[in-house]
Amino acid sequence: MLEITEGSHAVAKAVKMSRPQVIAAYPITPQTHIVETLADMVANGELDAEYITVESEFSALSACIGASAAGSRTYSATTSQGLALMFEVCFNVSGMRLPIVMTIANRALGAPLSIWNDQQDSISLRDCGWIQFYAEDNQEATDLHYIAYKVAESVEVLLPAFVCFDGFILSHTYEPVDMLSQEDVDRYLPAYKPFQKLDSDDPISMGMYATPEYYLEFRYEHDQAMKRAKDVISKAGKEFGEMFGRDYSALVEGYRLEDADTAIVAMGSLCGTIKDSIDEMRLAGKKVGLLKIRCFRPFPAEEIRNALSHVKRVAVLDKNVSIGAKGAVAIEVRDALYGKTMPVLGYILGLGGRDVRISDIKNIISLAESGKGDQFYGLRTEVL
Amino acid sequence: MALGIGCSSRPGKAGNNKTGSWRVFKPIFDHDKCTKCGMCKTICPEGCIEESEDDFFIPDETYCKGCGICAEECPSDAITMEQEEK
Repeated sequence: MLEITEGSHAVAKAVKMSRPQVIAAYPITPQTHIVETLADMVANGELDAEYITVESEFSALSACIGASAAGSRTYSATTSQGLALMFEVCFNVSGMRLPIVMTIANRALGAPLSIWNDQQDSISLRDCGWIQFYAEDNQEATDLHYIAYKVAESVEVLLPAFVCFDGFILSHTYEPVDMLSQEDVDRYLPAYKPFQKLDSDDPISMGMYATPEYYLEFRYEHDQAMKRAKDVISKAGKEFGEMFGRDYSALVEGYRLEDADTAIVAMGSLCGTIKDSIDEMRLAGKKVGLLKIRCFRPFPAEEIRNALSHVKRVAVLDKNVSIGAKGAVAIEVRDALYGKTMPVLGYILGLGGRDVRISDIKNIISLAESGKGDQFYGLRTEVL
Repeated sequence: MALGIGCSSRPGKAGNNKTGSWRVFKPIFDHDKCTKCGMCKTICPEGCIEESEDDFFIPDETYCKGCGICAEECPSDAITMEQEEK
């Protein structure tokens, strides 16, 4: 049913319908509305879950480890400094192969303090072994939670997942969202059956230590599971499409890309602005297209290479910067296109909540056409 | 041993841990100097030194971590630690 709803509320409803048994979270802007809503649902008896209030994000995700290890479907949400505080725990969750789903309302990292949006927080955790989805709009953010649970809990994968959506730009924006019914969600996402769990009648220990003879192999198996996740995501996305009409089988999605000379690559809410810009530029005769990366981990290198093999140039927009190198997405897209001759130009933009408008996308296309890239876009040089 | 998903493991005995793989230095027992006092067996933290039929003492290399306490404590200096090539 179509509802006009705030992004955070839509996500909270999707989480509720995914029937988590344990939620542990610590409120932080701009994630607060999600966990506030879930806490209300639990308090009002609408959601039969244990809501654990904790004193920090470190404790939140640590409590989730215990709950997930004990066999519960488990949920958390955070952003920015909160995610940074979870750094150590994130590696433990994924190494123990616990299928926790966590929403990231993407926000900049301090210092300087910024509560506004960019994607530095989750990008900085790209190596922590979690699946990473990026939503373009609130419909996608909502649907990706069901898919995330289905993929994460699949025995071929058994990995935790971030569902990232841009803080404020999506989390605090009212949009029409087609909400599934509880019956629909139950059909798509059956009750969680843990692969293994803590059980005093049949005891195991999890996340034991590995000597140098074993550690490398554990990391290899973790990496193999992430690579297997690509097919599982495609399958889960296709099944979602067949049941509800919105197909998420592709890890990357092209928009007017077939005959494009210039391809833009981006993740998250930027993609909506880019699509409008492309429509305007197409009317003016410019052959521009978009490749949206919906799933950043596992990284869909082959899919990107196939989708971009025909274009003359690639402009990658990054709402993050690997200080001293480039934007993380630009680095990886260039790696995916290794051996191809077209220029792959990176633009770092929109950091700390700086607006990115249609005129900015058009300017970037002009820069790309003149071969200028690998730069911060939109710098206010008068304050430097 | 096949890896458990997420490095999970069933409970077991300490004997399942073949700690001999940790060893860098290996104790060499000199039976000419040994007085068969049994100090090495008494103080071995791994409990892996056994008395042989001729009353000498022999470490079980499956478990000996090469900690060197036996060599340090041997009253007759009959044990020396030698670096092991693996």
